[in-house]
Order: sequence, then structure tokens, then C-alpha cells
Amino acid sequence: MEIGRSTKIFIGLGLAAAVLLGKLFYIQIVDDRYKVDALNNSIVYETIYPSRGIIYDRNGQALVDNVITYDILVTPREVHAFDTLALARTLGIEEDYVHEKMAWYRKYRTRIGYQSQVFLKQVDAETYLRFAEIQYRFPGFRAQMRNSRNYPFNAGGNLLGYVSEVDAPFLKKHPEYRTGDFVGRTGFEAAREEELRGEKGYHIYLRDSRNRVLKSFRDGAEDKMAVPGKDITTTIDAHLQQYGQGLMRRKKGSLIAIEPSTGEILSLISSPGIDVDVLADIGHYWDSLAADPGKPMFNRAVQASYPPGSVFKLVNGLIGLQEGVLKENYKYPCDHGYWYTPTKKLGCHDHKSPINLIEAVKMSCNAYFCFVLKNIIENNKYSGVEEAFSVWEDYVRSFGFGAPLDSEVPHELGGTIPAAERYNRIYGKGHWRASSVISLSIGQGEIGVTPLQIANLGAILANRGWYIPPHIIKDDTPREARHTLIDPKNFDPIVEGMWQAVNSAPGTGGTATLAAIPGLDVCGKTGTAENPHGADHSVFICFAPRENPQIAVACYVENAGFGASWACPIASLMVEKYLCGEIRPSRKWLERYVTDADLMNVPYEKKKRQ
Amino acid sequence: MTGRFDQRALGRRIDWKLIFCWIALVAVGILSIYSTIHNSGVGILDPDGRSGKQFIWFCAALVVGYVVIFVLKPHIWEVLSLPGYLAVLVLLVAVIVFGVTVNGSRSWFELGPLRFQPAEISKLTTALLVAHLLRGSGMKMSRRHDILLLLGVIGLPMAIILCEGETGSVLVYLGLLFVLYREGLSGWWIVLIAACIVLFIITIKYPLWVSFLVLAVMLGAYALLVLRSSRGSSNRTATRRDLRIMVALLAVAGTIFIFSTNFVFSRVLKPYQKERIEVLLGMTQDIRGAGYNVHQSMIAIGSGGFAGKGYLKGTQTTYGFVPEQSTDFIFCTIGEEGGFLGCLAVILLYVFLIARVIRDAEQCREPFTRVYGYCFASCVFMHLIINVGMTIGLMPVIGIPLPFVSYGGSSLMSFSLMLFIFLALYAQEKKYF
Repeated sequence: MEIGRSTKIFIGLGLAAAVLLGKLFYIQIVDDRYKVDALNNSIVYETIYPSRGIIYDRNGQALVDNVITYDILVTPREVHAFDTLALARTLGIEEDYVHEKMAWYRKYRTRIGYQSQVFLKQVDAETYLRFAEIQYRFPGFRAQMRNSRNYPFNAGGNLLGYVSEVDAPFLKKHPEYRTGDFVGRTGFEAAREEELRGEKGYHIYLRDSRNRVLKSFRDGAEDKMAVPGKDITTTIDAHLQQYGQGLMRRKKGSLIAIEPSTGEILSLISSPGIDVDVLADIGHYWDSLAADPGKPMFNRAVQASYPPGSVFKLVNGLIGLQEGVLKENYKYPCDHGYWYTPTKKLGCHDHKSPINLIEAVKMSCNAYFCFVLKNIIENNKYSGVEEAFSVWEDYVRSFGFGAPLDSEVPHELGGTIPAAERYNRIYGKGHWRASSVISLSIGQGEIGVTPLQIANLGAILANRGWYIPPHIIKDDTPREARHTLIDPKNFDPIVEGMWQAVNSAPGTGGTATLAAIPGLDVCGKTGTAENPHGADHSVFICFAPRENPQIAVACYVENAGFGASWACPIASLMVEKYLCGEIRPSRKWLERYVTDADLMNVPYEKKKRQ
Repeated sequence: MTGRFDQRALGRRIDWKLIFCWIALVAVGILSIYSTIHNSGVGILDPDGRSGKQFIWFCAALVVGYVVIFVLKPHIWEVLSLPGYLAVLVLLVAVIVFGVTVNGSRSWFELGPLRFQPAEISKLTTALLVAHLLRGSGMKMSRRHDILLLLGVIGLPMAIILCEGETGSVLVYLGLLFVLYREGLSGWWIVLIAACIVLFIITIKYPLWVSFLVLAVMLGAYALLVLRSSRGSSNRTATRRDLRIMVALLAVAGTIFIFSTNFVFSRVLKPYQKERIEVLLGMTQDIRGAGYNVHQSMIAIGSGGFAGKGYLKGTQTTYGFVPEQSTDFIFCTIGEEGGFLGCLAVILLYVFLIARVIRDAEQCREPFTRVYGYCFASCVFMHLIINVGMTIGLMPVIGIPLPFVSYGGSSLMSFSLMLFIFLALYAQEKKYF
């Protein structure tokens, strides 16, 4: 009995030891989880932030670069009583801010533990130096260097977009980012985020449980250097962009300049826009930006869809010439408009009649292009209106209308070009004719184009028939010219009309004489786009010089009335600025006239088309 | 002359293997303690550091050992058992009034730089009294009166220590059941205690109906076992009647137990104790709060792998992720730096020590030495299981030291004293009894 019991006790001892050893075997050898945890525990990665890529204009002027700022960090556990007023003065903040922050740290002290908290973000170097001098008076506080965005040149705020610290919803969608990272939110900063951001590096330290860094891990052998972000060169001309922004101030609309031979976008302005000093401190301005009725965050130049207005007459004229239903010398009457049904007239302004094609372009006659479109749509060559309309649609699309142009401008939209089916739905198959779609002749009705597409039309006219898709990033990507379905020779009368519209003698009916710049041979076409939202939009496209053009410009000024009155001078000033570098004294008055104007809230007043 | 001869003869009868085992464990302790502090730059034997202090305690323990084995007459322990027991009871009560609170338990006396826990000494005195009672007065483990007296002797200090909030030592007292079992206590007592623990856990963790289901299964198994063992005995009807009464009684007792467990858990236990039990049972996953210690300690031990990171190369214990790393969680350092091999070696040392004490105890003709030896072995055993079990998540976090290894003078001293008393009793029993 006694032996039995002590034997049982021995067995019990062995079993208990076996249980301990079994569990030890499991966690030390079988289960890998604890090894990973151990590394996380004792090794601390200190992130080295890469410098974000710089964005340049076409001439090497930096639009965005980086500046070193400092974040003031605090480890609440290490803070002793300190002079809050002195700290607030040094950092240029309210004393209450200090008290609030410290109260917050006290409230969440268990959660914070030994961690550092960001006390104040993005302090400039001067403030940092003042702080560093007396840092010893504030134990627990320290500064951490950090790159932030700097905008040396006030141009292209909308294009550049802003950068901000990632927030919780963003992190949920993009797990590769970490709290404290900055990310491009709009514009180039967002579209080129992957190139611009570079790769983060890290120093590895061993630390103890109180987060005190003890020493470099393996003497830095495992550290990874940060890879700086790639720089981006844009096609933007910073000075032209800045000048254009000045012209468009206090106006709603878009202003775009393209180099026709390359398709490079020289400037792309959406107004009202965002100044770069707003970008630099976006958090501060965010609420007012979002509430602004002028929608400064909205890039009108590539996102707005307007009826093109009279500038679209050029396209119809080219299609008519190509189809053979229009010849340069065809004359049509204008009875202050065009009777497209016995009782309905599409009005026109007062000019001589009848006129030929060149005169029609020069004077922007509505009736003339109604005849042109009627002849295109009701062409006996085709089986009917539907087929003829499809042909017309193909021509229009070959100009780059109806689809995005792949400009690389973020969020570009494509506008709308109606297809025959649309009219089949409205009127029934076989129940519509040229008169049903007659407003398309003058660029009104079921048609929407972006200002960029209109600027591209200017480039096509400058090139006499082809274009390279307008783009905004200057790189080595080969870009092929896209040809319209129009023969180059058909451009001659249209370009002549545009030249005369600008350069004809006063009183002979030229609609865009304000755009004339002696010696530059500007060719242009005005437009006045009716729209359901208010007063007409003022539209103008032009290119210059007539031979070997260097620049094509399109301008939309919303609700500003005649194309001739606002869009035309603005565009011509852009041309002059780009080609001559400055505005000649004889046209300084025009510059003042434009820059002084405030067209943000024009009262609604119906005008005739021109 | 005779003195020197005596000492030589005595030296031959001492179980030196136990002394080597003791030295090995203390050495492991000092090395591990040093490993947790070596970053601070003090030397291993520098008395400013904890390893140096532990070494001084070790030297003191050597002196005490010499005195206990070679100077004192062993029967003094038996003589002292009752007065010692009573004196310690007084101390245990006094500490509730005059003591200081450390880690939630009011069980420490503070004498200048020294802190001393009467609960440590009470294990020794209780062991001596139990040995004394079982030896001299002819107590029989079959007599209900004697069993109750012994349980009272064990339960009294237990109850006072429970009042102090020193849960760990209370559990150690449960180990004395093994001693009583060895001396003839019915195995059913151990089964009963085990059943209570199982029911306690299940009641906390699962809905009530599960507890009752388990209770029913237990009663069924009990009934079957009793019926089986009574097969062939002459008085089966009487057995059956007794069994019915017993099962009914147990069912009532079990029901009361289950309901009172709910009460105890939600009202009596302190919040931190509740939390620790909940974390152990996997009811809460709180790696920052109550589970932090266990989580960190398991990381440290788990990261040791098979052969460990090497001495002084652990990162978890050295950099202070594991709390109480030189005292209650000293095993983490062994696990991290020594790996599975190191753990195996240390646990085998303990198993050897315990088994050797039991073997020696069994060889004694003198019941006092035998019972005392068992008491000592069970005490080391309970400390080992609870302490190591706690560091690897098998036991709730109960602050008791790892014998001989954990930093702390009063713990090292009392365990060494218990060991030396056993060695003295074992070496000299022929001479004095």
C-alpha cells in the first residue's frame, strides 16, 4: 500500500513535468507566432521619409518642391511642470492650445503610455531654431524633421493638387500607407502619387519596454535608405500659366493654351482656381473651398461640358467642304436668320447678305451654316438622314470630340456628341430631318464639349487637319498624330475666314478684331454659347501665327455674353504674352480692361448669337 | 576529537547530490538575474545589482546551512514545531494589521531595507507541525477526527493568508494534500478537490446547465466506480443504500458549490484576480491589460526556440518587456536565452530534486523526517507547477517565486532552510531518534 502510493506520487510528478515540457515544446518549437512577436516587440523601425518628387514646368521652373519643416513631438510621460507661456510664445501659438493639449494627454495617459505624440505640426525652420535654443526647459518635448510641400511659383494650383496626411478612411482602402504618411489627394499629386512619393526607408533600433531606444540594430546593416520620389516635368509654361490666371481672376471659366505641333499643353486654367498658398495649408481653407459657389476644386477646363457655340461652325464648314456639299464660293442669304420651318426662324445678327463661306466665318453668320448642315444631313448620296448623320458624327468624333483626349490631366471627361439613335428615340425612326437638329449647325443643342477639346480644335485648325492628343506631362512617350477626316486643303478657306475675323478693317464685319496683334497674324473665331444655366458663355478660339503656328488658345468665360467682348481679348493677350513675352503698350489698355473686370455675377440678360 | 569524527561521519551521510542540485539551481538563478540587469552595467557579483545581492543571500544561506546541519541538533525542529507554528500564526495575523501592501497583498513586514513575508515561513512551520502530529501521537489517516485536526492545522494558516490576499501561497498549501495522501488519506479527497476545481472553472466559463451536466457525469462516474469496487463483496445491498445517500448528498453539495461559485467569482474575488482567471480561461483577450504579463512572457519564452538565443542575448527579458523579470517571471529569461534545452535542463533539475527528496524520505525509518520531506517536496512541486505554468499560460498569474532561482532573499532563505532541515534530519536520524 505504501509503496503503491509513493509510486503514484512519482507518476504524478512525472506527468506534471511532462505537461510543462509539452507546453514549452509547443510554444518554443511548434508555434512560430511568438518568434515574430518577439521581433516586433524589441525592434523599432524609425521611418526615414523620402523627399517627394518635384514638379517642374516646361522650362525647369519648379512649381512644387519641398521644404524642411519640423513637427514638435512630446512624450507626455517625460514632461515635467514647465512654463506653458514660454512654450506658446516660442512656438507662436496660444497658451490655451498648450493647456488643451496637455489636458488631452492627461485624459488618455494610459492609452498613450510611453509613446510620443505630435504636439504641433509643420513648424518652420526659424521657429524650430527658437525652440531648439531653449528646448532644455521643456523636458519631454523634441522636434522631428519632416519634408513638406513648398510652392515657389504661384501657378497651376488646380493642376498640382494638394497633399495631406492620410486619414482613417483612406488607410482602410490603402493598407500600404501608414499613419503619418502624406498622400496626394487631387491633381498631379494624386495622379502621379506612385512616382512622386518615393520609397520610405527605415533605421532599425533595439528598444526596451519603455520605448527608449537603446542602440542601432546590427550597426545599421539592416537599415534601408529612403528612395526619393521621381521628379515630374510638365508641359506647362509657368509664366504663361501665371499670366493666364491673372487674366481669369474674378471670372468663371477656362483658359487653355496648346502648342499645336506637339500637343503640349502650355497652360490650363480653371477659374476660380486655387492659389498655391491655399494648397500649402489646405486644411485651413478646406471648409471655405468646399462651400465656395464658384467650385474652385472643380477643374472646368477638362470636366465642364459646354455647348461649343459658334466656334463649332468651323467644324461644320470643314465637313461640308469635305463632303462636297459646300464650296468656298457658295453664297447663301441671311434674312436676319434662317427659316428652318415656315414659322420658325433661327435668328442672326445684322450683316450684309448674301455672303460666301469666308465671309460667313468672318461674320459668324448663323443662317449660312444652317444651309451647310442641311446640305450635309439631307445629302442624296446617303440612304437617308440617319446615315448622313452618322457620317457627320464620324467626322465630328475625328476632331477628338465626344471622348476624353487622354490628356493626363486628372479626371478628364469627354463631353457628348449625339448619335442618330438619340434622335430616333426623340422623334421616332425616319421622323426627323435636318431641321430637327438644325441648332447643331451653330454648336448648340445636344452637344457638349470640354474647353480642352475646343483648344484642341484650335490646334487642329493650326495644323490644318491633325493633332497630337493634348497632354500635360513632358516625357519620352512617343505620341502619334491623329488625323481628322478632312483634307488639309479644305482648311484654307476656313483659316482665311478666321484670319479675316480678326484682321479685317474695322467696320467690315470682322467679329474678333479685338484679338488683332500687329505682325502676329492671329486667326480666331468667336462663339457665344447659350446655356440653360444663365447668361451666354463667351467663347473664343484662336491660333497664331497663321503660318507655322506656335500656339492655339481656347477661352471660355461663363455667363459673360459675346465671345468678342471677353474671351477674345483674354485669348489674344495669352497669344501675345507667349509669342512676344510681354504686352505691347498699344494693347496695355486691353490688359487692364480684362484684369479689372469682375464677371463672377453677371445679371442674366439674353443676347443674340454672334 | 569526537566532534571532528562526528562531523566526518555526518559528512558521509549527507545527501550531497541534493546540495549540488541546490547549488546548480541557485547558480542558474544568479546568472538569469544578471541577464535581466546586465544592460545597466553593474557586474554580476556587484552588490549594487540584484544578482550580486542574490549572491550575498546565497552565501548567507551557506552559513545557515552549515549551522543547521553541523551545529544544531535536529530534534530541535520537532521541539520547535508547535511553538513555531503558533508564533507564525501570530505573525500572520499581525501582518494584516502592521504589514505593508505589495502588489495587492498585505503580507509583508518591512524591517529597514529587508522585507519579509511570514507566509514563506508558515510553510516551514506548518510542515513541521504536520510532521510532528503524524509522528508522535499515533494519528491515523483513517480516523475522521484525526483527518479534521490535520486539515485544521493546514487550513488555519491558509485562511489567514487568504485574508492577506496572498493567493499564491494558499495554493501551495493544497500541495500538503499529497502528503496526507501518502500517509493514508483516501484518494477520494484529491479527486474531490480536483472535481471542485473543474466545476469552478466550468461554472465561470460556461452557462449553468453545462456545470450541472458535468456534475451529473461526475456523480455517475463515481457511482460506477464504487459499484465496481464493491462487486463480489458480501454486503452489496448496504453498499447500494450508502451509495444512494452519498450521491444525493454530493448532488446537493455540488449544486450549492456551483451557485456559490458564481457568487464567489462575482463578489469575493478581487477585480484583478477575476481578470487574471478570465484571461487564463481565454474568456478575454486583453494583451495590454491583465494578459499583458502572460503574453509578453510567452513571447519571450517562445522566441527562445530550441536552443535559445544565447546567454545575455535575449531581447525580451533584457529590454524589460517581461514584468517582474527577475522575481516571479525569471523563468522567461531561462526560456528565452536557454531555449527548450535550457527549460528541459532546469525542469529536470527540479524533478530530480523533488524525486530525490521523496526517495530519501521513503528510506527513513523515522516518520517525522518522512512526513517533513514530503511536505518540502510538495511545496517545491507546487511552486514549480504554478510558477512555470503561469509563465507559459497554463496557470493564472499568481505571484509566487520559482524556488532557489527567483530573486529575493526571503524566498531563497526559507527554501534553503527547509532543504537544510531535511538534509539534517535525513543525515542524523539514526543518531537522534
